[in-house]
Amino acid sequence: MTTSFPPAMRSRPVYGVLTARPGTGHLIVADGEGADAVTDMIAAATDAAAMLARSHIIYVPGPTGTDRAETLRALGAAQFHRSPSFAACLPRLQKVLADAQMGMQIYVAGTEGVIGQVQQQAMLAGLPWQAVQTEHRGSTVRRVQCVHCKGITEAVRTDPFPCSHCGLNLFVRDHYSRRIAAFQGVNIDAEDPGQVPPPVERFA
Amino acid sequence: MGLEFNDETFRGDYTFRNSAKAIARFPFPFAEDSYMYSVNMEPHLPGRPGSVFEHMFDVDEHYVAEMRDRAQVLAEDPLRCQSLPHMTLAGWDLLELIMESKARDYPQWFSLTKDGNRWHWINRPLQIEQSFTFLDETTLPYGPMEYITRQTQGDFTLQDQRDDNLWIEAGMVTTQADWSLDFDIGMSFHEWHAPVPLAHEMRVFDRALKFLLNLQLGAPVRRFNWTMTVDPLLDTSPENYPKWGPSKTTMTPETIGHRQHLRVELQTLHRLPRSNAIVFPIRCYLIKFEELVTVPKWARRLHRVVRDIPDELATYKGFIRNKPLMLDYLSKYDDGAPTSPGIWPE
Repeated sequence: MTTSFPPAMRSRPVYGVLTARPGTGHLIVADGEGADAVTDMIAAATDAAAMLARSHIIYVPGPTGTDRAETLRALGAAQFHRSPSFAACLPRLQKVLADAQMGMQIYVAGTEGVIGQVQQQAMLAGLPWQAVQTEHRGSTVRRVQCVHCKGITEAVRTDPFPCSHCGLNLFVRDHYSRRIAAFQGVNIDAEDPGQVPPPVERFA
Repeated sequence: MGLEFNDETFRGDYTFRNSAKAIARFPFPFAEDSYMYSVNMEPHLPGRPGSVFEHMFDVDEHYVAEMRDRAQVLAEDPLRCQSLPHMTLAGWDLLELIMESKARDYPQWFSLTKDGNRWHWINRPLQIEQSFTFLDETTLPYGPMEYITRQTQGDFTLQDQRDDNLWIEAGMVTTQADWSLDFDIGMSFHEWHAPVPLAHEMRVFDRALKFLLNLQLGAPVRRFNWTMTVDPLLDTSPENYPKWGPSKTTMTPETIGHRQHLRVELQTLHRLPRSNAIVFPIRCYLIKFEELVTVPKWARRLHRVVRDIPDELATYKGFIRNKPLMLDYLSKYDDGAPTSPGIWPE
């Protein structure tokens, strides 16, 4: 099932449900449980075989270890690529976006970090972010940028958490930047250095 | 002319102070004894002579020191000034608006002469003289927005208008009340205001956006915002929060009058002619509590505003921790007498 989130501030992204649309090509990116959103979409497509014949699927195992690469490979898309991490598939994704022809459909499903970064790459390639269909599935871990050192920590589970770059203890705001593809992390003990509340697992 | 520019600092030894004249013209933001969010926009028309409303862009005794502080902030963190590629034309619009306004309003300090697109700009207080070609970026040492806002007090953001929304896509932000241009750049109107509590539920931003989408060329508007700042620090950025956050914990009844400042933003909004963008200058004025209480009406009223503000707002504005200290100090200047309507001293 697609993930439902509690109400949050207005900059927080809202995700939809992937729906196959007519297109000259289909770029499909997923991580972790996002694979299920892809198989659901293909199952509901009116002409799945024709769609798959023009599809390029990029899949990354999820942050909690979910790996459904073989399920997606078995769909028989024109191109399928399993990447060990999102960072590793970035050059390939950038090439596909740069080569994209008018009418190519873009779909992304899985965790917020991967959804946000695919939208970010689409924007960098000159496409409107609204052109990317999104669906959240699986882990709710967050990608968070430290507002102080600007370093990004991936797959944040707890609030607060230590910045993986500068080490400051950060609390996780719901404020989200599409351009950076990350939530904002702010030093929690700036006013009282050393007084850090115990971390709570908010994102699983 | 009579005005001299203060040699003062907004960091380190914090020598910033307001002269008696600057106190008398301080833009006290409360027109009544209580405060709640509102859009509260009014036309930005020339106001009382001597007031901060007299001219389009107020230049005061802090001008030179504020520009020195901005240069230091930018040297430490260049991300405080950013402009997405399509915003350059709006930057030229802004440069034109500021140069023409200042040359008209302060001819003793600023001069602009034009020969077609060949422009000549003189800024005497900052000892700058520049010949350049209007709309040709290669003839200025910075992009047009950065060039002119390094010479103009206040933060600036440039909003592109499209899809019935405003998008914050350029800015010079070094005197901010704890928000990050680097994080917010590229957001829509509701997105960059997302962290503000209560106001969304009051539909303040829906109404403000609707109003601003119809903002007309030549009809700028203004409003106030305010917060509290310990020590006269212009750069209360989230980036540097670990550096300035601890200052809030070291205030005492003995130091509050000198260290606690009311921080007022005179915000104006102007439609720009070529780009159809909106420029949002956010001009920060600081006043020490000990300076403010020399005006009896302001002292009484500030006490009542701070006393009655909802905790949620005091928390968002970052002064809940020192609210009791503030009230102890301000209550000594509030005898309960009625105050006259409006912002001006009695």
